[in-house]
Amino acid sequence: MEQLIQQVINGISLGSIYALIALGYTMVYGIIKLINFAHCDVYMIGAYVGYFCMTTFHIGFIPSVLIAMVVCTLLGIAIEKIAYKPLRNATRIAVLITAIGVSLFLEYGTMFFVKATSRSYPEMTGIMTKSFNFGNIVISMKQIIILVITVVLMILLQVIVKKTKIGKAMRAVSMDRDAAELMGINVDTTISFTFALGSALAGAAGVLVGVYYNSINPLMGVLPGLKAFVAAVFGGIGLIPGAMIGGYFIGVVEVFVSGYGGSLYRDAVVFGILILILIVKPTGLLGKNTREKV
Amino acid sequence: MSVILNVEKLTKSFGGLTAVSNVNIQLEQGELVGLIGPNGAGKTTVFNLLTGVYVPTAGTITLYRDDKKVALQGLKPYKVCKTGVARTFQNIRLFKDLTVLDNVRIAMHKNVKYGLVSSFLHLPSYRREEKKLTEESIELLKIFKLDDKKDEYAKNLPYGEQRHLEIARALATNPVLLLLDEPAAGMNPAETAKLTELIRWIREKYNLTIILIEHDMSLVMKICERIYVLDYGMVIANGTPDEIKSNKRVI
Amino acid sequence: MKNILKMQSVRKLIFLALTFAIIQLLIITNIIDAYFQNTLANICINIILAVSLNLITGFTGQFSLGHAGFMSIGAYTCAIITLRMPTILGFFLGVLAGAVLAALVGFIVGLPTLRLRGDYLAIATLGMAEIIRIIFINLKITNGAAGLQNIPRFVNWTWLFIFTVGTVLLINNFLKSSHGRACIAIREDEIAADAMGINTTKYKVTAFVIGAFCAGIAGALYASYFYFLKPNIFDFLKSVNVLVIVVLGGLGSISGSIFAAILLEIISTFLQSFSELRMVIYALLLVIIMIFRPQGLMGSKEVSFSVFSKLGGNFKSGKSKLEQRFKSKKGRV
Repeated sequence: MEQLIQQVINGISLGSIYALIALGYTMVYGIIKLINFAHCDVYMIGAYVGYFCMTTFHIGFIPSVLIAMVVCTLLGIAIEKIAYKPLRNATRIAVLITAIGVSLFLEYGTMFFVKATSRSYPEMTGIMTKSFNFGNIVISMKQIIILVITVVLMILLQVIVKKTKIGKAMRAVSMDRDAAELMGINVDTTISFTFALGSALAGAAGVLVGVYYNSINPLMGVLPGLKAFVAAVFGGIGLIPGAMIGGYFIGVVEVFVSGYGGSLYRDAVVFGILILILIVKPTGLLGKNTREKV
Repeated sequence: MSVILNVEKLTKSFGGLTAVSNVNIQLEQGELVGLIGPNGAGKTTVFNLLTGVYVPTAGTITLYRDDKKVALQGLKPYKVCKTGVARTFQNIRLFKDLTVLDNVRIAMHKNVKYGLVSSFLHLPSYRREEKKLTEESIELLKIFKLDDKKDEYAKNLPYGEQRHLEIARALATNPVLLLLDEPAAGMNPAETAKLTELIRWIREKYNLTIILIEHDMSLVMKICERIYVLDYGMVIANGTPDEIKSNKRVI
Repeated sequence: MKNILKMQSVRKLIFLALTFAIIQLLIITNIIDAYFQNTLANICINIILAVSLNLITGFTGQFSLGHAGFMSIGAYTCAIITLRMPTILGFFLGVLAGAVLAALVGFIVGLPTLRLRGDYLAIATLGMAEIIRIIFINLKITNGAAGLQNIPRFVNWTWLFIFTVGTVLLINNFLKSSHGRACIAIREDEIAADAMGINTTKYKVTAFVIGAFCAGIAGALYASYFYFLKPNIFDFLKSVNVLVIVVLGGLGSISGSIFAAILLEIISTFLQSFSELRMVIYALLLVIIMIFRPQGLMGSKEVSFSVFSKLGGNFKSGKSKLEQRFKSKKGRV
């Protein structure tokens, strides 16, 4: 029983990371129907920015997270403007291929500059090393911080999307881009803002992962990115609550499969979930069905 | 005259919205019938139901040919085509980056007998059937005066010729029932007059039953023997052009 | 008309025979040494991979990001069989079994997933390839992550040539048939194709299975030439490499895929020592092509042998001019 609860706690930590990354995927897909392959590499860049902040510049944890978020925001906006905007009206295959290109560019570009070998985040000190024991169950301070930061960011996101003008604009553009434009919404700004939000969350996730798992490398985004995408699809692609639910679901499932002996096939299970969802209900848990007009 | 198509109590709902409700249509072999109504009345939806693009929420669609009854509701579009129903689209759906000839040849695919092995190795059966298929396609194009443009890309044709090509392509599937969705859309009076003649001509030559959706009343009144009027998804009138003209509900 | 076609076929045959003979000669005399022989092998294998992926993605419009998965099935099957049956018969069996198994997996995967839309299908195929890779890492018979070594080498230039020309020919023939046209119609407008009597699911799966079959052949050739296999060779990056070739050459152009495969392998050989830079260049290439020239080198056009007929034509007209001069001279004398 205690092992079960421990697994759930570990799963929530991992799920928080997946949820943060999944939100970026789902928002971008919702607004321009693109699977942003480069998103997971923005997450990786966030991790590296955090690394350099903390080791080279000796900046504290929270400021590093903020700096990583800012850098990733700018990166996300830049990618959108340079690589995706010219292809707004191109075929889906064309944009997808471009996204793959940007992703590879970030991965191997980073490798070129900082070498492919893994680097370690500096050891945390003071309050970060604490942990709480309940019988055999251990909850580390790191896990609490991850959950707290994730929840705070998700609440902020919901506030922005539901209560602000730009949030309304985001929802309008996702539904009907041309109509939104006719209503006077600046579609370009709205799309850039969406990328900014998603990338900021990914940047935060990157630093959190660096602190939690300690090791980072230029290809660290690939597998988590894929799994976060599975999470977004599972919850309902394009739907923000879906990404949150999906992220935690995949996180807990992965930890459970790993913990109960299937660590070799852990990743395969996640991909299996993807294929199952695509076959059974492609619109995901919270999704609705839409049809093409003939 | 025998009945070729019997549509009974055809209904289609999308969630809470009922697009087509309790529609009854009967077509006799060789008839030229019109389907008219305001925008959004559900005319194209009826076509989509007849051709298997949508599955009816209720009702039946029965095609009679060669002394057999075929239930069309629930069949996939390609199966509906195989039983002998062909259509054109409201917004032209030609294979734009393919040649005029290929557009027609593709429509002839369902009658091709040679298999995959023959296509890999270009066996004699392949050569024979390809030759026949190409010849027949060119013959069809000649009727629409498109044979000299057979190697032209479909997207490069002028609009009127694109609409003609769509009809040619539909004919290439060897139908007994032809559904034309706004064939005269965007045409000027001269082109519409030519089209009217063409439709009459192909009905004769290919022994077709034709039902067409149109907004151009001159075409409809001139050529249709009977007209169904649709409004808000329901048939509100059905009769000869004269009857419809004086029908108060229609006006 | 028949004579023109016959001339074209004869010309193509001469071209192929010459290509084979010249390269064989260069190999025997060691002008093409072992290093460049590897390049040659990679070119042939990539041509098969690119042309088969082009069938699926370029001609039928189904976006597949899992081609490496099919390749790995062919590679491992052939390796496992030839390790137990190190004869030429074993090799053939290996290639056949590899291709058939890959095609089978293609069928099983394709049937449920091919009704998905573009980007969803892409991710599903990616997921499928990853599952295959993870399975191979964990199976005993594939020796897990360590891979298989000392696989019997049967593949030489002759076999590479035969299999490459064979697959390209088969796929090209397929595309010129009514079945091939059905696939292309699906790419153009699936709804219209359906309305014209084409069973779109059947043809999507057919293209997918044929593509998988050929990728299996490519994998088997890889195993039997490079005699060393690891599951991680066949990862997402490998699928992307093939995609780059297809996109560069032109989605919908067979000759484009062939040119691009040759071009990229030559570039890759020169950048061998800068492996990260090579990937950065590949990545930039992808983005730049999609933004500025999404149709790639050849678009959906093919190189025809009319180039050669022009040369032949000049020869002929030159000959007749000579005859005329000769005749007139005769007349004068």
